[in-house]
Amino acid sequence: MSAADTTTTVPGHGSLSRAQTIGIMFLCTLLGATAQIFIKVGANGSNVGASWTTAAGVWTNLFAMASNPHLVFGYGLYAIMTVLFVVTLRDEELSVVYPVIALTYVWVTMLSVFFFHEAVNWFKAAGVVLIVSGVAVLGKDGRK
Amino acid sequence: MTGPGHTTPLAMGLISVASFIGSFGAVFLKAGAARLHDGWRYLFLNPKLILGVLLFCASSLFYVIAMRHGELSVLYPLVSLSYIWALIWSRLFFKERLTRNKFAGLLLILAGIVFIGLGKG
Repeated sequence: MSAADTTTTVPGHGSLSRAQTIGIMFLCTLLGATAQIFIKVGANGSNVGASWTTAAGVWTNLFAMASNPHLVFGYGLYAIMTVLFVVTLRDEELSVVYPVIALTYVWVTMLSVFFFHEAVNWFKAAGVVLIVSGVAVLGKDGRK
Repeated sequence: MTGPGHTTPLAMGLISVASFIGSFGAVFLKAGAARLHDGWRYLFLNPKLILGVLLFCASSLFYVIAMRHGELSVLYPLVSLSYIWALIWSRLFFKERLTRNKFAGLLLILAGIVFIGLGKG
């Protein structure tokens, strides 16, 4: 660790602008939500029903998951999301980035209405508005 | 679907454990992310990041098991406990400032998650 690492702005390798970081965080939550939709579709159509408490059951389940395209794609998206999450953490505070991930709830709620025809109600609408405003308030702070 | 009355204490305990483990996953990802200032290759050659990912995997395993034993409207608010843990750890381990905006933003987000949980229940 050099002394430069302790300063607030480190012009390291390929520094990101604030706008770029925000864009990546946005993409991150959208990918996370899409992953959840795929995992839900995959879980509904899979035979991951063996016991998780025995070694044999765990292997049976893991094999069932690995042979399910929806689940594989969903978890693949999670992997990409995690990489992007880490990239944003490089330049931003954890106390800002982590709560922003809650935008995933907003996307999942909207995508579920679209893909699974889940009912819209006032609770969900209020929840979406509250989370978006919370993220907006958090966004006023930032940079480590 | 089972009603809220069918949410077992076991499920609530599992969710709380999951949120705790998950928040530590975030701590290790943040600690590992600092290494990226030395180059993007440290996305992969990075023990802290690997540990962070493993903790996330462990916490999601707990979530999945818990979700089978409970109702979303009860479990959702507990899931968001991880945001509170993360706020504490970010102050404790990374000396991040806890500002009024952070508290207000987090409070709005927590309320939003509770509402979405109620909407699904």
